Amino acid sequence: MKKLPEQVKRLAAVFVIFLSSVLLIRAYAVPAALKDTDIHRRTAVERETARRPVYAGYTACRDCHDDVFTSRKKGYHRNLSCETCHGPGQKHADDPEATKPIVPRERSFCPVCHTYDPSRPTGFPQVNPSTHNPLKPCITCHNPHNPEPPEAPHECSACHGEIAGMKGLSSHALLDCTVCHTTPEGHKLTPRAVMPSKPEDREFCGRCHRKGAEEKDAPKVDLATHGEKYLCWQCHYPHLPEGMK
Amino acid sequence: MNRRKFLKAAALAVPAAAVPGLAQKALAAAAVTAYDPTKHLYGMGIEINKCIGCGRCMEACKAENNVPKEPFFFRTWVERYTLKNGHGGLAVEGIKPGELKPPAAGGEHHTLKSFFVPKLCNQCQRPPCVQVCPVGATFSTEDGVVLVDSERCIGCRYCIQACPYGARYLHPVTSTADKCTFCYHRVVKGLLPACVEVCPAQARVFGDFKSKADPLVRFRRMHMLHILKPHLNTEPKVLYADLDGEVR
Repeated sequence: MKKLPEQVKRLAAVFVIFLSSVLLIRAYAVPAALKDTDIHRRTAVERETARRPVYAGYTACRDCHDDVFTSRKKGYHRNLSCETCHGPGQKHADDPEATKPIVPRERSFCPVCHTYDPSRPTGFPQVNPSTHNPLKPCITCHNPHNPEPPEAPHECSACHGEIAGMKGLSSHALLDCTVCHTTPEGHKLTPRAVMPSKPEDREFCGRCHRKGAEEKDAPKVDLATHGEKYLCWQCHYPHLPEGMK
Repeated sequence: MNRRKFLKAAALAVPAAAVPGLAQKALAAAAVTAYDPTKHLYGMGIEINKCIGCGRCMEACKAENNVPKEPFFFRTWVERYTLKNGHGGLAVEGIKPGELKPPAAGGEHHTLKSFFVPKLCNQCQRPPCVQVCPVGATFSTEDGVVLVDSERCIGCRYCIQACPYGARYLHPVTSTADKCTFCYHRVVKGLLPACVEVCPAQARVFGDFKSKADPLVRFRRMHMLHILKPHLNTEPKVLYADLDGEVR
């Protein structure tokens, strides 16, 4: 066999040293999480789960403040978490004396939820803060833990602002809601349990809109031929009849 | 060492070597009884008809998860949809917590309806963001949450591009991708995600697809459900009730 040339031996030596150092580094210096997907994911999940919560959760407050829980039980705010208004409370739960949760008393706080906005679901209590007892802090009349209004709302628009606003622009603007809806007193206290009435038949609209009806300003149609089998409100939205052109 | 001695030593050595292994297994078993990710598959239900657009979910998420305060970094956000009469009359805008500006009235067409849509990472069962990550930094956990390992993420933004829901952003401090984790650190402790915890209208429902009795089960039973962009086959685990088809 021919003897290997010197430079090949040296190259081989360099190659062996390089390869073994790569293997050594991989074996000892590279963390296991970089080589094994399972280990990597487990360490990443562990790191994630080790984070401390900032919000303590609704059960944490109950341990000390059970009196507030009892007073809230039947109020409109019964489903709210304490931390919705009082802010993150884990620090307060860890050391009640050192950190106190926020207590929002200023008038700007409640309107974040309760200002009238047309995109808000109808039935959600909404007010116009610039006309609703201006400058008075909300908590002078409403107890936030059981925010029953001091007196039942007189106007339907207190909760149905979107419909009221639309009706105000329509040709039904001058009609009271009660012309078409009889509203039991209970609706103001338990809105979803006691519902107001709705018109049931064509003749109801016909009281003003049939031919020969006494109401002068209402446009008249012949109930016998107009609209055939349909009920009036299947085409005309009564809160915005004929829409805005 | 003769054969007898070797066999004796071997007979002793085998159980001795097994003891630490067994101990490790026992420890692992104890951890499993504490929290077993294979027994859960988390999801969220969102009821459009209940959202009042107050933005408290956005604020709570930022406080819980160290999301930068700037108004363009979000793990969860709320959009206002306004549908106008006539074809294609749709306006979408993000809201700022506590600074609602009603949609402009008037114009050519009148408003048919308007509503809020809370959005967050859909925690897809087939997540496009996981597919495109070149370094394997983002992955699905066994309980169905897509996480980002911020120590492995190289900040290449592929996942941000790939997410069809726009649920990811690049965290300006760490320069890594960041996204909703369903508040994983809370959920494994039995707490609710921060956004669900603070929602004053109960528009968000958190639950477990593998549970037989929990709020999400009732939510799925009682509502007609919809997911965002179903044609992409991402299989989202965030379900919407009473969602308008216009919402993407």
